[in-house]
Amino acid sequence: MTENRVSYTMESTLETVDSAEQTANRIATEAGFDEEEVMRISMAVREAAVNAVLHGNAYDPGKKVKMDFVRTQDALVITIRDQGKGLDLSKIPDPLAPENLLKTSGRGIFLIRSFMDEVEIHPSQAGTEIKLIKHVHGSAEGAKEASQ
Amino acid sequence: MSMKTSTRQVDGVNIVDCSGRITLGEGSVILRDTVRDLLSKGQKKILLNLGDVNYIDSSGIGELVSAFTTVRNQGGELKLLNLTKKVHDLLQITKLYTVFDVKDDEASAIKAFAK
Repeated sequence: MTENRVSYTMESTLETVDSAEQTANRIATEAGFDEEEVMRISMAVREAAVNAVLHGNAYDPGKKVKMDFVRTQDALVITIRDQGKGLDLSKIPDPLAPENLLKTSGRGIFLIRSFMDEVEIHPSQAGTEIKLIKHVHGSAEGAKEASQ
Repeated sequence: MSMKTSTRQVDGVNIVDCSGRITLGEGSVILRDTVRDLLSKGQKKILLNLGDVNYIDSSGIGELVSAFTTVRNQGGELKLLNLTKKVHDLLQITKLYTVFDVKDDEASAIKAFAK
């Protein structure tokens, strides 16, 4: 199986968020995803980058954000790692709960899960790693059927 | 492209024409400042025309929610006009579409504000 990997180490800045989105847009386009899917992938990456820069590394200039974009025959796999304290998944509220609808934050992870086929979040004391997977056309249906 | 706004008034309603991206950073700040500026002048009928907003992220959604609640808490009304498909879909999946008063025609949107 052929694999095409691109890796970046980036500063904990807002520019990194924009750059991550643009990179995701370019790589997803090159991978052959349609415009709608490219938008979803790039938005998911943007939200993951926001989490890494803002909530993970808290703009700390001494901490970096690492991103891997891996294209295989079956999928685009994007991994984003920060060097923060580790995301506490139990503290992420359900943004669709009536009591949370009018909250001004807390929708990032929800949007990421909505836009990608598979999402893995691995928090640790060394930071949080989030893996985003989008299957190429045809493979996504197969994966969803297999998981049911 | 970053966010730009321009404001005009029709029949006492402040129409804020927005264009660009409402995202973390400048875009969200511009929207927040625009709404605050109107409220500070006593202008509490606000119609956000999002027809030229081509991108919005979770921070932008949060800013729309913040604007909505801030205006409402001051006894005003904030409505949304001309959502693009992207913004419409985002408000649908976040269940905010029914929270906001969304219009697709400027004239009827203006009439919908309380006299």
